[in-house]
Amino acid sequence: MKLVIGIVRPDRANDVLETLYRAEVRGFSITRVQGHGGELDRVETYRGTTVKMGLADKVRFEVAVSDPFVQPTIDALCDGARTGEVGDGKIFVVPLERVVRIRTGETDHGAVTPVGG
Amino acid sequence: MPSLAPFAQVNSGDTAWMLAATALVILMTPALGLFYAGLVRSKNTLNTFMMCLAALAVATVAWALVGYSVAFDEGNPIIGGLDHAFLQGVDFEPREGSTIPHLLFMAFQASFCIITVALVSGAVVERMRFGPFLVFAGLWSVLVYGVLAHWAFGGGWLQEAGTLDFAGGVPVEMGSGFSALAAALVVGARKDYGRQALLPHNAVYVLVGAGLLWFGWFGFNGGSGFSTGNSSVLAFTNTLLAPACTLVVWFALDLLRRRQVTAIGAATAIIVGCVGITPAGGFISPGWAMLLGAFAALPSYAVIVLRPRTRVDETLDVLAAHGIAGLTGILFIGFFAQLSWNGVADGLLYGDASQLGEQALAAVAAPAYAFGATYLLLRVIGLAMPLRATGREEALGMDVVQHGEEAYASGEGAILITPDGEAEKEVPVANPV
Repeated sequence: MKLVIGIVRPDRANDVLETLYRAEVRGFSITRVQGHGGELDRVETYRGTTVKMGLADKVRFEVAVSDPFVQPTIDALCDGARTGEVGDGKIFVVPLERVVRIRTGETDHGAVTPVGG
Repeated sequence: MPSLAPFAQVNSGDTAWMLAATALVILMTPALGLFYAGLVRSKNTLNTFMMCLAALAVATVAWALVGYSVAFDEGNPIIGGLDHAFLQGVDFEPREGSTIPHLLFMAFQASFCIITVALVSGAVVERMRFGPFLVFAGLWSVLVYGVLAHWAFGGGWLQEAGTLDFAGGVPVEMGSGFSALAAALVVGARKDYGRQALLPHNAVYVLVGAGLLWFGWFGFNGGSGFSTGNSSVLAFTNTLLAPACTLVVWFALDLLRRRQVTAIGAATAIIVGCVGITPAGGFISPGWAMLLGAFAALPSYAVIVLRPRTRVDETLDVLAAHGIAGLTGILFIGFFAQLSWNGVADGLLYGDASQLGEQALAAVAAPAYAFGATYLLLRVIGLAMPLRATGREEALGMDVVQHGEEAYASGEGAILITPDGEAEKEVPVANPV
């Protein structure tokens, strides 16, 4: 089991949702985050105050999957989020120690398998 | 030099009301900015609002330079002359038959031109570049609004033919609505249109904007009698009655369709009701005004439901809310105008079928001119400069790309740039504690 974390552009979030759905990955959560990943800073001016915005809005997907689903999830994130320009985001894959589905008490593989899957 | 001697025909009560009415109409443009800003995604909030402020800037200047003259100088039946260009001869002396200073008449009419330009922006928000919009706003206010205002108000051929338009069904409502359709077709759909749900980001802005628009509309319709006389009182009261009926019918339509009454639907209903009564305000009885308000909901509701199923991204439904509702109001006069209430003319129901013909003439001519002229104008501007932002810019949002600002900036991660242009390395945030 792995936790796949994908950090993507907010305007690609809907595309990622679609590619994940097509890859039959049905369980995930998203968070709005701010981050910096080497893209050019935006300069903004508010009356006399000029600032370089060092942080860009991103959306963070967290997807807990069983091993056979790791690569399809990564592919789906890449397909949905890629524009080819700096700032497309990153994917981190980390091992998962335990997973519990609260409703049933199922653990591990049973818990990351979609209901009815 | 203007004459400072008091003019006998100036009526102080009329003048006082028209000063207030002008200010009320001016308020409608920022109110529209709020209404529109709430309807777009958060990354386009400022750009959308700024298009309305741009109308206050550019349309006002264009109006003073030539727009007013094109609309209200005698000229010929199609277009006014240039005798009032640069506001020549516009001073304290009232126009013929008027009881308010000419200067005030010009300012009141300017406020109509401004809001109309702002209305059209609703068709192209979230993707049109700001520069080309400024050019468009200036030219459109003269070539489309000015000409239509001349036809309906400035002694042009529609007015001569006997078309009744109390407060701008021709130039403002049909003018903006059918221009919006043309603008949406020329500029093209947003890149995500039809692929993703593009939702309003702040429904409360929409409701507050609609409320302020209704408030301003009392000056818009109530001022269009240019006096404190009966027609103004009638139009003012009808501006309360008609939108209320539109709201009630809209609630019912919402209930029938989805079993829930929606807030953004209600805000839209207020606009539709105010638009519907705009051309008819001073010409029909309060009872017929209530029927007009109720009836106007139907065609506009239908267009609002059907339009998003097409490929036409007329983003904020200016056609449905203004073009269609304005057309409904213009035609309604042909049936229900009542000499005993307006002192001007009867409609079909009161024995004068020819009035309906004169109204139908306007309902064909105004949309045709607005659509055609706007289509052509934007095509020509498009030859000189790209009208829309790139897909990448659209994705980032027009606020950051066009204005270098965000509506909801947090300041986190913002690095101050000192006046000599160097980023201050030691100060990591905009507001160090």
